[in-house]
Amino acid sequence: MSRARHAKPPRVGDSPAIRRALIASVLVVGAFLIFAPLVVILYQAFSKGFGFFAETISDPDTRHAIFLTVATALIAVPINTAFGIAAAWAITKFDFRGKRLLLVVIEIPFSISPIVAGVAYLFVYGLQGLFGPALDTAGIKILFALPGIVLASMFVTAPFVARELIPLMQAQGRDLEEAATSLGASGWRTFFSVTLPNIRWALLYGVVLCNARVMGEFGAVSVVSGNIRGQTNTLPLHIELLYHDYNTVGAFAAASILTVLAIVTIIAKVLLERQGAGRGGRPALAAPKAPPSQGHAP
Amino acid sequence: MSRRRVLPGLHLSLGITLFYVAFIVALPLGALIFKAASLGPEDYWRIVSSPRAVASYRVTVLCALGATAFNLVFGMALAWVLVRYRFPGRRLVDAIVDLPFALPTAVAGIALTALFAQNGWFGSALAPLGITVAYTPLGIIVAMIFTSLPFIVRTVQPVLEDLDPALEEAAQTLGGSDGAIFMRIILPLLAPALLAGVSLSFARSLGEFGAIIFIAGNQPFETEITALLAFIRLEEYDYQAAAAIASVLLITAFVMLAVTNLIQARALRYMDRSRS
Repeated sequence: MSRARHAKPPRVGDSPAIRRALIASVLVVGAFLIFAPLVVILYQAFSKGFGFFAETISDPDTRHAIFLTVATALIAVPINTAFGIAAAWAITKFDFRGKRLLLVVIEIPFSISPIVAGVAYLFVYGLQGLFGPALDTAGIKILFALPGIVLASMFVTAPFVARELIPLMQAQGRDLEEAATSLGASGWRTFFSVTLPNIRWALLYGVVLCNARVMGEFGAVSVVSGNIRGQTNTLPLHIELLYHDYNTVGAFAAASILTVLAIVTIIAKVLLERQGAGRGGRPALAAPKAPPSQGHAP
Repeated sequence: MSRRRVLPGLHLSLGITLFYVAFIVALPLGALIFKAASLGPEDYWRIVSSPRAVASYRVTVLCALGATAFNLVFGMALAWVLVRYRFPGRRLVDAIVDLPFALPTAVAGIALTALFAQNGWFGSALAPLGITVAYTPLGIIVAMIFTSLPFIVRTVQPVLEDLDPALEEAAQTLGGSDGAIFMRIILPLLAPALLAGVSLSFARSLGEFGAIIFIAGNQPFETEITALLAFIRLEEYDYQAAAAIASVLLITAFVMLAVTNLIQARALRYMDRSRS
């Protein structure tokens, strides 16, 4: 393989010994650390045969947990997506004071422990919280019900769509949209016919990641859901419950559903990255990826 | 930036953004800070400096340091191998690096526990060596390693890809050995990205909950992490203690966020300069 590039002088670490040693050690550690958990989930899930697996999956409590997880995602992800688009539009198409602060605040949930998020929501909507008593008298149930789960999920995933769109729309500038509006297109028309086609892959990328996190969120949801079996247990919480009931095979069967989701997410991610998405949303040092000729924004 | 025409939608988009940020992000955090602040300094201090809380900080910070140190070396090696070498399965490895981000933490937690339990594949192999991972601090470290692994790989990878080969070539013509070039040319260029990855990885480890609680023994003073202690106080209906301990995690997260932003800002400036 390396002979194909014989024209170039060998670079640092290209000596065969180092090369082989590094590849081998990385692959071995990676197999133990990343691949083995995947294998063990599927192995455990089917360890009592396919019949038992199907039985666990079709158990009413598990089915309800799946339903609740999907329902949460169906509400939280679209709202989050709308927010992400709005935030990216406001931040990249206009100049206003406090923009940097806004960017930091949007990113905050990314660095906060999910437990903190859950506890924080308790102090807003719980009986000992800000609105709890008033909501209780009005008979509105937020905590230990679907709204609480949705809100907590929206908190933990708040940055997901915005952080994919902002760097991309920043790099694309405002010229196209300005041309469209000057030709008489309405704001919505400009967005749907000019902006959206340019950001669709990055948008989808953010949505896919957001969905994976919403469906898999554990810490924040476990605080606000109340863990009521068959009522407020999402799939990750149901896994914990089965696990602590010593129904290990059941827990892994339920876990295998989320594992399939994770694998689908990764495949979607790879495909979308081929379309150029995801570059801007890398955790750090994303800005230099923009074409250098552009000069640098703020 | 010259700007003559103004695009439509400022009020709508900024309105939605501010409402969402205020309602979803700022309000709960404000409520938490308010609750913790209403404790009064003496009670607050008594709770956050209680021996059990301090022990949980020690466990969390030490394990996070251990996990980050491991990820610094392994993440760096992984990024290097993915960028510098071509081998069969490279794309698969590159894709699977993201698994810890895509896999729900509870699923990771039970999977790692199954692997490292006494009768698990790894646990039974490690037992004769006298190493117990599950239900010990080592288990916490393993869970933290898993959940924060992609950070360092993904921060170092793009920088490594963009590294100018001319620098290495110059050093090689001057007779530098591979080791010397790596230590004195490549590593300093990667340092800002490594530092950013390390701070992200460390921050994530400090806050991790789902993966850890399954594999840690959750014994107070020994294998109880701070996030779990906050959760336990909540289950005991001790809301004030939960608020105080959660606020410690929140403040730590803010400090880590500030550090990360500072490092990134410096790194970007540095890269801008090295680019021109």
